[in-house]
Amino acid sequence: MRRSVLLSLVGCFVLAAAAHAQDPRPGESITVGIEYNPAARPGLVVVPGVGIDSVRAIVRRDLDYSDRFEMIAVSDPGAGGSSTGPINYGLYKALGAEFAVEMADRAGKVIARLHDVNGSQIRYEVEATLPPPTDGGFRMAVHTLSDELVRRALGEAGIATTRLLLVLNGRVHQMDSDGFGLRPLTPEGQTSLSPVWAPDGRRFAYTRLGAGRGGIYVQTIATGETTQVPGTETALNITPAWSPDGRTIAYAHSDERGTDIFTALLGGGTQRLTVGRFADNLSPTYSNDGRRLAFISTRAGPPQLYAMGADGTDQELLAPFDYGVTGSSNAPEWSPDGAAVAFHREVQGTAQVHVLTVSGRKLRALTSAGRNEDPTWAPDGRHIAFVSDRSGQRQLWIIDSETGRVRQLPTPGRARLPSWSRRLAGAVIVPNP
Amino acid sequence: MRASSILGMVAAVALVTACGSKPEPEQPAPEPAPPPAEAPPPPAPPPTDDGRAAREAAEAEAARLRQLTTDLTSPIYFDFDRAEVRQGNDQSLLDRKAAILGVNPAVRMRISGHADERGSDEYNLALGNRRAGAAKRYLTGKGVADNRLEVVSYGEERPSNPGHDESAWAENRRDEFEVTSGGGKLAAP
Repeated sequence: MRRSVLLSLVGCFVLAAAAHAQDPRPGESITVGIEYNPAARPGLVVVPGVGIDSVRAIVRRDLDYSDRFEMIAVSDPGAGGSSTGPINYGLYKALGAEFAVEMADRAGKVIARLHDVNGSQIRYEVEATLPPPTDGGFRMAVHTLSDELVRRALGEAGIATTRLLLVLNGRVHQMDSDGFGLRPLTPEGQTSLSPVWAPDGRRFAYTRLGAGRGGIYVQTIATGETTQVPGTETALNITPAWSPDGRTIAYAHSDERGTDIFTALLGGGTQRLTVGRFADNLSPTYSNDGRRLAFISTRAGPPQLYAMGADGTDQELLAPFDYGVTGSSNAPEWSPDGAAVAFHREVQGTAQVHVLTVSGRKLRALTSAGRNEDPTWAPDGRHIAFVSDRSGQRQLWIIDSETGRVRQLPTPGRARLPSWSRRLAGAVIVPNP
Repeated sequence: MRASSILGMVAAVALVTACGSKPEPEQPAPEPAPPPAEAPPPPAPPPTDDGRAAREAAEAEAARLRQLTTDLTSPIYFDFDRAEVRQGNDQSLLDRKAAILGVNPAVRMRISGHADERGSDEYNLALGNRRAGAAKRYLTGKGVADNRLEVVSYGEERPSNPGHDESAWAENRRDEFEVTSGGGKLAAP
């Protein structure tokens, strides 16, 4: 009896799932400028269940936003197995799933299971104690689960436990990478620009402008405590970048002699890296090993992308350009794996996000719709957040450079100058042996 | 070509400056210029037998001072993504500023460079800095002491015209000049 009901439900399901898979919500999944090859991604189903709907919804969105899976939609908790029943591997296999994620509530703890559908077995099981949903740490704790599930499935963690810094109305804000939790970090009434995460994920550096001058400041997020970076007290100091070891901040110092790149040890002591004379040098960004810096220079006319040793030696052109033809290049950020540098370059008068492969110097435009600028890498080295006016107002968008899928991170007002964190510490997960 | 025209202007300015030193006017003058913190101008002297003539002289003097301040604080403008002082009006305006500064050694100024919204947000701060520096270099080249001119940049953060078209952008690519001290009784060059 029960079995026959189940089977008929299964029939409806396959159809529903197929329809869902072809019907992304408008604005959430648009392909831009790159080949889209969904077949390369393994199918994943989040098993319907009873209770902890908010946890399941967050995990499902996280897995979707990782862009590493073909998400297979099943929405009826009565079919295909549930949190309390056995997993119907046959059904999920028929739907094209390689993985099934099951989540259940057990005595106030969340059990998450990753099933290997083809092998008809549990690959990974974890029991996590989550804070209550009203707690400020709840969402990040759930994101930690999501990232671990991605890692257990594919060998590399997801990017749900990350946040972005951005500037809104002159104030630095932070936002979770799924768009939740927007809140201001710097006070009202001052102009803050160019926030950038410290490698520890607990602090950030930014430029505070006042009366045409500006210092670089470091703020601890949890306490709000702010200190000025030594050496940035006079004139205008902009575009801070943190060295991977967290000890040094590279920045550009502007005065009447021009704009040049310096480094400041947080313990004190500065070093000058460029001598521009009448050219400007700015926007430094460290390679992942901390040995090199990419930066912008106007030494050949319009701003273009260069690189140098972290001590200022061995300066070279990084992104090739044709003098008088190629547009200005700006806002570089070295990728977390060191293999590429993202920046924006003017193409026919409009900024577009580009990615340059460091070895081989291969250049690829990632965007073409509207004006797209100020790219910043996710820790997975494949997602890039940037500012785009494609929707009419400058907003934050995220592109997956592998699939071309883009999504918007809506903000009230004009978003500027994003910086993507590394993975942040979330809930403590104690995996079962 | 360009160098020779600059040389010509240098000569012209030198002449203007040389003839420009005149004694301070005795008449108390209204203050049309910043700094705003200073007290309002004293009222005009009470009318006497020759009050009308005195009043007219005072008004003429006030207008002359206003013009001097206007000349000193008028902005100059730049081409897109350029920081060179444009020949023609802008160089003439800087020549005029240099002349006024030449006979008013107490005057100190702040030059702020600005950019339009089109370039990169951060690059525009450097560009504004370069624009302010260009005006300063031009003025010090005309003999204004280095320590009298302060250079700052606002990038695209303080547009003069909030519009989003070429006419607005053209107004926003500018240097502003602000008298920070000594702007009270300006002598004419």
